[in-house]
Amino acid sequence: MNRLLPRLLLTPAVATLFLWMIVPLVMTIYFSVIRYNLMQPDQTGFIGLENFEYFVTDPSFGTAVMNTLLLLGSVILITVVFGIAIALLINEPFAGRGLVRVLLISPFFVMPTVNALMWKNMMMNPIYGVLAQVWAFFGATPVDWLTDHPLFSIIVMVSWQWLPFATLIFMTALQSMNREQLEAARMDGATYGQQLRYLYIPHLGRSVAVVVMIEMIFLLSVFAEIYTTTGGGPGDASTNVAFLIFKQALLNFDAGVASAGALFAVLLANIAAIFLIRMVGKNLDK
Amino acid sequence: MARQSTYTPTYALRTVGAWAVALLLFFPLGWLLLTAFKTELQAIAIPPELFFTPTLENFHEVQERSDYLHYAWNSVVTSVVSTLLGLAIAAPAAYAMAFFKGKRDKDILMWMLSTKMMPAVGALVPIYVLAQKSHLLDTQLALIIVFTLSNLPIMVWMLYSAFKEIPNEILEAARMDGATLWQEATKVLLPLSLGGFASTGLLCLVLSWNEAFWSLNLSSAQAGTLATLIASYSSPEGLFWAKLSAASLMAIAPIVIFGWFSQKQLVQGLTFGAVK
Repeated sequence: MNRLLPRLLLTPAVATLFLWMIVPLVMTIYFSVIRYNLMQPDQTGFIGLENFEYFVTDPSFGTAVMNTLLLLGSVILITVVFGIAIALLINEPFAGRGLVRVLLISPFFVMPTVNALMWKNMMMNPIYGVLAQVWAFFGATPVDWLTDHPLFSIIVMVSWQWLPFATLIFMTALQSMNREQLEAARMDGATYGQQLRYLYIPHLGRSVAVVVMIEMIFLLSVFAEIYTTTGGGPGDASTNVAFLIFKQALLNFDAGVASAGALFAVLLANIAAIFLIRMVGKNLDK
Repeated sequence: MARQSTYTPTYALRTVGAWAVALLLFFPLGWLLLTAFKTELQAIAIPPELFFTPTLENFHEVQERSDYLHYAWNSVVTSVVSTLLGLAIAAPAAYAMAFFKGKRDKDILMWMLSTKMMPAVGALVPIYVLAQKSHLLDTQLALIIVFTLSNLPIMVWMLYSAFKEIPNEILEAARMDGATLWQEATKVLLPLSLGGFASTGLLCLVLSWNEAFWSLNLSSAQAGTLATLIASYSSPEGLFWAKLSAASLMAIAPIVIFGWFSQKQLVQGLTFGAVK
């Protein structure tokens, strides 16, 4: 009984997750080697690696991979650096700390479609947007953000969403620091720079790992922000791998090519996952 | 000690700096809030109008034109049901791994997390085809299933790390006293890990409420959630910022306010207890 019970309790979760993983995977592999266009259901048959060839030689492919990595890297860098800075700033008491926390965390709870449309229209519109008016106020020519810097605009939106998350994780970590050690360092005349380098930053190592891991899970497949603002454009300037696959599947109706692309996305995610799981695994052992 | 350092120049400087950063980051939301109560003309006025007579017109229009309540109901049903369902599946698994240590536990946990690493788009075509074949496209059920499964790994992890905090001896004592498994779970485990259950549930509620990839691809007029309703405002015809703002505000307000009250729980949960 002692052996059977845990297995029985584990079964529902493991079985559903296994199905959730294996059924789509097998279907995707199958679709990727056949001719499968939703608009031409009469054309079928095994075509080998043609879909892969088509997807990988598509000029959009290289751009999409670069955009995915740029988006991921930039957002992680921005949120970690500014997250630590803000966390250090609000770690000590000041007037209205509770309210500041509430204001800071808010963007994290905003749904991506609202986030994207709000930035696209009210902030970044080249004529009526707030940024355009700030630019005009200082006598500069307003920038058409989504047309001229589409990927950068997406990076701004996604960073705005995830910065609060990083900040709060770092803040939680800072609160568990050894106060006496800090006091001692201050008594001994350690400058703020020295305190940062030898006390704060080393203490935050583990939480940086957590932030990077969780953001990676969510940011490899940023979709709604692109879907509602640039539509991947202009050209492919803001298309990431997730959006490219979506375009193949539901805009070009080519399920075969989309599946080949999906397998590539899974590969990309797995490379990231292996790297991350090592890192998290180490942290778990501590 | 703390009192002593109050009202120093550093304190004042920190207050100013922190408020500046907070207001800057909150600014887009504050602007959204203002615009929702403007008329369409005021919304695009140059220079922007900061003082105006607020109107509730936009909120009426959003409900009339696009049936806000219908989408809101879909959001409530899909996020609440998927969260409850997820907890029901995740809790036994987390319990088994936390209190009956097996050799494979760590592998199972890692494997579960790795399924979360799979980008949703990788499963888009198969899930879409399956939903189509089983006539589940644009139904609440399809979204509930997908939300539950995509949140399940996180839920198992969070509950697992919450259960790990409870000493095994307490549960053993209950068993010695002849408690059944059900009694052990509801009378001992649940009260002790209420915080963990709360943060897991809260997070999944937020994630499902804000989920956009699957709801955009699997649902539209029938089962569409608030995320899809807002996306329908992205069409470029005309500038209806006041209405867009009102709709956005109604879509995010429930979960943002909810988030304010539960932020501490949420953050602790989301780090799997790795950051304290």
